[in-house]
Amino acid sequence: MNVTEFLAAAAGASREGPHDRIVMSSRVRLARNVNGLAFPGWAKKPERVKALELIRPQVEGLPQMAGAFSGSMDTLSALERQILVERHLISREHAARSVGSGLVLSRDHTLCVMINEEDHLRMQSLRRGLQLKAAWQAMDEVDTQLEEKLEYAFSRDLGYLTACPTNLGTGIRVSAMLHLPALVLAEQMNQVITAVNKLGLAVRGLYGEGTEALGNVFQVSNQMTLGETEADIVERLTKVVAQLIEHEENARGTLLEKKPKMVFNHVGRAYGILANAHSISSKEAMNLLSLMRLGIDLGCFPGIQRPVLDELFTATQPAHLQRQHTEKLSADERDLLRADMLRADLGQVTRPVIPPSAPPGDAK
Amino acid sequence: MLCDICKQNVAKVHLTQIIEGKTKKVDLCEACSKAKGIDDPKGFALADLLLGLGAAQQMDQAAPPAGLRCPTCGFTQADFKKSGRLGCADCYRAFAEGLEGVLKTMHKGTRHVGKTPRRMRHSRELEEQIAVLQKRLEKAVVEEDFETAAMVRDELKRTREQAGKSDKAAAV
Repeated sequence: MNVTEFLAAAAGASREGPHDRIVMSSRVRLARNVNGLAFPGWAKKPERVKALELIRPQVEGLPQMAGAFSGSMDTLSALERQILVERHLISREHAARSVGSGLVLSRDHTLCVMINEEDHLRMQSLRRGLQLKAAWQAMDEVDTQLEEKLEYAFSRDLGYLTACPTNLGTGIRVSAMLHLPALVLAEQMNQVITAVNKLGLAVRGLYGEGTEALGNVFQVSNQMTLGETEADIVERLTKVVAQLIEHEENARGTLLEKKPKMVFNHVGRAYGILANAHSISSKEAMNLLSLMRLGIDLGCFPGIQRPVLDELFTATQPAHLQRQHTEKLSADERDLLRADMLRADLGQVTRPVIPPSAPPGDAK
Repeated sequence: MLCDICKQNVAKVHLTQIIEGKTKKVDLCEACSKAKGIDDPKGFALADLLLGLGAAQQMDQAAPPAGLRCPTCGFTQADFKKSGRLGCADCYRAFAEGLEGVLKTMHKGTRHVGKTPRRMRHSRELEEQIAVLQKRLEKAVVEEDFETAAMVRDELKRTREQAGKSDKAAAV
C-alpha cells in the first residue's frame, strides 16, 4: 500500500472532538536524539542511514504502530510528501529530506514519527478538537516505551539534548490549531497575538513557523522547553486556549449584536463564490471556507456538518488536487479544478439562512 | 553629529568597542548617556541592546573564542553561528560556556525539571541513597558505634559501585 492509499483508508476516522467549533486540532510533539550519534543535520549520509536503520524498527515495533505505514523518505514521491505536509503530518523541512530520513505513521493517523528530521526523533501525537492532555498522555506513553529500546541523549541538568537549543530540556512543543474568524473580523487579532506572546507562547500561521494565517487559522504553541515540566506546559496552553475560545465566542456575539449585516454579508458572499466560481486560488478558497465555517457555527447552514467543510480545507490544497491527475497541473489548471470540486460539493448545500436568534439589522 | 538614541541633541559621548575584529561605535548626547547609565565602557552592552543590535551579536559576545571545536563530532563555534544548531549531544558540553547565556534568554530556566528517562531516574535514586548512607555513617562514627559504621560503610561502597555503573549506562 502506498502512502496515498494509506491516507485514504483511514479518512473518516473520528473527525470530531471537544470544542472543535473553534479548536481544529491539538498536537504534542517531542524531540529526542539517540546517544552517541551526531544530530541529523551534522551527520554524514552513512551515519544518518545507520541511525535510521537503528531507530525505525524500534518505532515500528511499538504496539501503537500495529498496521502503521512506514517508509524511507526517498521512497516517497514529491507529491506524496506534499500531501503529508498539507495534512500536517510532516513538516515542510522533513518533506525536503531524502535518503536516511523516514516516517512511521500509525493506522489512525494520531501518531506520527519523523526519523532524522532536525533531531533523530520528532514524534507527534494528534487529536481532534481541544485534547492537549490526552495528546500528551499518548505521547508520553510512546516515549516511555521507546526509552527502553533506544538510549536517549539526556543530561541531568539540561534534559533531553536537541539539535537546536530552543528545544532543549523537555523537547516538547504543545500546540493547538484555532479557527478565529471573529477576532480577525473584529480586528482584535493583533492585540490577541501580542498578549499571547507576552505569556511566552508563539502564534503562527496554518503551516507553522513563518507561514501566513490563511483561512483565519492560527497555531498557538509553547516556545520555552527548559525549566518547566511537561505537565505545566500542557496546563498553561490549555488555559490560554480556553481563554482564546472565550474571546472568539465573545467577538462572535458582539459582531452578531452590533454588525450582523457585516457578518452575514461575509458568510453569504463566501457561499456565493465557493458554490458558483469556475476558478479559485487556494488562498481565496481557504479564506472563504473559513467564513463559511463561521456561517455553520452561527447556524446559517443547517444542512452541512463542520467536518465536511474541514475536509474541503485539505482537499482543495494544491497537492491534494494534483493527486487525481498524472500530468503535472499548472496553478491555473488547479484553480479550475478546485472550483469544480467546490461547486460539486457545495452545490447541494442550500443557500445560507439568517438564524432566528440574529437581530434584524446593524445596530449602529 | 547627532545622538543615536534621541537623534536631536549633539552627541558628546562616543563609545567604540572592537569585538572579534569588528568595530562598533555609538554616539550619544549627555542626557541620553546618563539616562541609559552609560558612564563607563561596561555599559556598552546595554547601549548595544538599546540600539537594537540583534540576538546574533548577543550570541557572539556570549560565545567562547571562535575556533572552539567539539572533540566528539568536530563541530565548531562557527558552524553553530551559521546554522543555530549543534552537531551532537556532546556539543552541549564543549560549548557550555557560550550556551549558558543563550539558554537564559531563550528559556524559563536553565535546569531541566521535566521528564527523566527511567535509566536516569534510577541513578538519581541511588544518589539520594548515597547521601542518606553517608549521614548514617557520620552519625555512627560520632557515636562510636563502629559495628554499624562498618556495615554502613560496606553498603555505601556497594551503592557507589552501582551508581557508577548506571552513570556510565546513561552517559552525558
